[in-house]
Amino acid sequence: MDFIKNFPFFSIMLCMFCAIVNSVLGRRASKYMTRIVLGSVMCLSAAVLYYTIKSGSAYVYYMGHFPAPWGNEIRFGCLEALFSLFVSVIAFLSTVAGTKAVEDDVEDKKENLFYILVCLMTSSLLAMSYTNDLFTGYVFIEINTIAGCGLIMVRQIGKTTVTAIRYMVISILGSGLFLMGVTLLYTLTGHLLMSNIKEAVVSITESGEYRVQFTIVIGLMMVGLAIKSGLFPFHLWIPDAYGQSNVVSSSLLSSTVSKGYIFLLIKIFVRTIGFDVIKTTGVLYICFTLGIVAMILGSVMALHEHSFRRMIAYSSIAQIGYIYMGIGLGTAAGVAAAIFHIFAHGATKSLLFISSSEFTEGSHSKTIDDLKGLGHKYRFSAFCYSVGAFSIVGFPLLAGFVSKLLLGGAAIGHGPMQWIALLALAISTILNAIYFLKTVIYLYIPLDAEHTGKVSDMVPEYRMNCKEYVFGVLMLVVINLVLGLASGSIIDVINNGLEIFS
Amino acid sequence: MWDLIVHHLNDLVAVSLFVIGFADLLFQKNMIKKVIGLNIMDSAIYLLLASQGYISGRKAPIITDGITSAEYYINPIPTGLVLTGIVVSVSVTALLLSMTIRMYKKYHSLDLDYCLMMARREG
Amino acid sequence: MKKERENDPQNIISGKISGKLKSVYRVSALVLAVLLFFMLATVMIGMPDIGNKNNPDNNEVAKRYIENGLEETGAVNIVSGMILDYRAFDTFGESCVLFAATICVMIMLRIDGQTKEDDEEAQKVTFGIRQSAFSKIDSRNYEPENDSILKKSAILIVPLILIFGLYVILNGHISPGGGFSGGAILGAGLILFLSAFGFSTAEKVLNAKTVKIITLVSLLVYCLAKSYSFFTGANHLESGIPLGTPGAILSSGLILVLNICVGMVVACTMYSFYALVRRGRI
Repeated sequence: MDFIKNFPFFSIMLCMFCAIVNSVLGRRASKYMTRIVLGSVMCLSAAVLYYTIKSGSAYVYYMGHFPAPWGNEIRFGCLEALFSLFVSVIAFLSTVAGTKAVEDDVEDKKENLFYILVCLMTSSLLAMSYTNDLFTGYVFIEINTIAGCGLIMVRQIGKTTVTAIRYMVISILGSGLFLMGVTLLYTLTGHLLMSNIKEAVVSITESGEYRVQFTIVIGLMMVGLAIKSGLFPFHLWIPDAYGQSNVVSSSLLSSTVSKGYIFLLIKIFVRTIGFDVIKTTGVLYICFTLGIVAMILGSVMALHEHSFRRMIAYSSIAQIGYIYMGIGLGTAAGVAAAIFHIFAHGATKSLLFISSSEFTEGSHSKTIDDLKGLGHKYRFSAFCYSVGAFSIVGFPLLAGFVSKLLLGGAAIGHGPMQWIALLALAISTILNAIYFLKTVIYLYIPLDAEHTGKVSDMVPEYRMNCKEYVFGVLMLVVINLVLGLASGSIIDVINNGLEIFS
Repeated sequence: MWDLIVHHLNDLVAVSLFVIGFADLLFQKNMIKKVIGLNIMDSAIYLLLASQGYISGRKAPIITDGITSAEYYINPIPTGLVLTGIVVSVSVTALLLSMTIRMYKKYHSLDLDYCLMMARREG
Repeated sequence: MKKERENDPQNIISGKISGKLKSVYRVSALVLAVLLFFMLATVMIGMPDIGNKNNPDNNEVAKRYIENGLEETGAVNIVSGMILDYRAFDTFGESCVLFAATICVMIMLRIDGQTKEDDEEAQKVTFGIRQSAFSKIDSRNYEPENDSILKKSAILIVPLILIFGLYVILNGHISPGGGFSGGAILGAGLILFLSAFGFSTAEKVLNAKTVKIITLVSLLVYCLAKSYSFFTGANHLESGIPLGTPGAILSSGLILVLNICVGMVVACTMYSFYALVRRGRI
């Protein structure tokens, strides 16, 4: 066996190990330790990605001495490797770029606890993407949820506690439904391993038994994961959670934590149950409808929002709607577009959150109106923020454009659904453009006499002096460009991955 | 009908408990009651799992008298899953209770809606 | 919403709107709960019968656990063998859930010296009472009076509980029990000890540093032992760990070690939850 096949396992265990050791380290040591580990996980995932693309097949790795249905196992193809690479890159860049923000918001003696949570979150996301066992998936979902809760309240003001409680209560509802779904699926099929469940599902659907049961079980798991990722009717915790917590936490929560649940959902749909069975159940219509509603309502709510960070948070609701709409189309192209949008949105949202922190910190104000003229003061951040805003609106050459193009392309040819999808895409894009470009225009508004005094009084570009911030944000900009320019090869990888997925 | 209910008594009780816990989480404003709801919901799932693993007339899966025949013991997998699940729900319960303590210290109330309103007012 | 001041017009308007939203929420939640009940009940009625040996879940997986479990893991308790050897990755994740929860509780409740928030809070006047009247600092170090009934009975009971906990941990692979249950018993004994004799005595046995070291060492041993076994398993290498005679205390390879580690972690976690809740530090 090639040594490289150990890498997924190494990357999961390395993160766990780092989390455990961090509990006795001081703040500086834990910071560097986390960076080193996340960086090496990045390299490991990149190596796995290269290896799987080159060989074009998926591999199974025993977690223990026993083969699959008895022991645990992980499985990796190029899609899993790509997702892990994405998670580790975003986690690495967010923590690097936000070092200053973490130092400002977190008590000195608790900083190592923050880095423990980052490590635990990364390892649980890696495990969720690699695992081949539904119950392992459930356990790591819980770690992810708890780490997410810790990330929200790491900035200790009274508000974040209430927000974290709401997040936790909603997440618990979701995990209860998901566990119920897993239990019932286990009772019906007698397996927890994804490949064995698929075999059992095929034979059961052929015999025509348990049709109602399957629909409800799939519905339970779908709703459970949708609640956790914050799809439209369950979105109430999102604006507070992303708007109040530390910027690094917001960027991690919006671009990796909630995406992990969606990736697991795609894995369940495509790998565990099989897309053909899913199509007969009608669950996809729920995905599609909720996705469309989220796309429009999220944008409308963002339009009415006065607080800057909360506006970005509301746009996350709309973007999650895009992803669910892509899944709900029920074709391979739709799922591929949804996965590409996961990456595009993750890269863009973390860029937006982190670069927005300089404005809110510098002007000591959270409202959009107070952004006026700040682009002249904080030139670097304003440039990076604008790139992010253009990307999310869908300017050519950037990541957001490609994903919208893919979603639109996937929608065509679906009868009545195609018109709804395209119309919603158009409306949502226009609304997106209105509220994001408004902030960009505000940033670069020419200064009149009244504002000049106000702006020059502000804190100087202190984040500019922090080399880590510049490096992290620049790299996020580069990733956006790469996702936009090299989209062809990434889509190829996603399509290949989806093929060997099932 | 009656037969069906008797055959699936454990399942139906588990489902009722699950929905009671679920509704508790949705309706109660008091955090302590919400935590109780969470525990009811999780216990319902464990009841369901445990009764799915049971086979009438067989024994707990601990090897006695050297008998290693599969005809003699119940299915050990659901038992193991319940064990894992219990630890998860203990952790979540501890976390929620400590958050409640913190919220109470800050706003002097256990009512989540009231605390949310106070938090909003802070701006 | 009733607690809002009524003379503030904006509050009345927002109160009305949120009142309406609230009733919409309540109705939809009720509908959701009723719907969920009927859905799940229909699912259950059509499910395979309880206790039937031909159910789909009584398949080759369970069969191998029972028939070969003793030989392959060395554990008499099949469930222990299953969760700590066959499906050890799940169980490792589960210990990490506990670890993550401890970290979150620490972030919220651990108090490192006087924080800024404490000061502000002490000065604030809410509901006409000065906060410093029930200040955290005073209540935190408050120790109840020596209670002789509690003390005398604790002297009797605590050693028994601790020995029982150790017994359950060490016999996890032979009899019902294991690391989690034994650790919970140990934790309960420690908490009883703490409440009977107070922090000053309990610190002589377990202080923040020892708790930290025990947790760290146990989790590290767990992590490294499992990594070793996963690595050798996946690369088809011999692990070289003797399984011993089934039924003896020193048997079943790594399972005993893992049980001890898990037991220590759980005991320390329970103890630190209690200590953190009571006074904000271990």
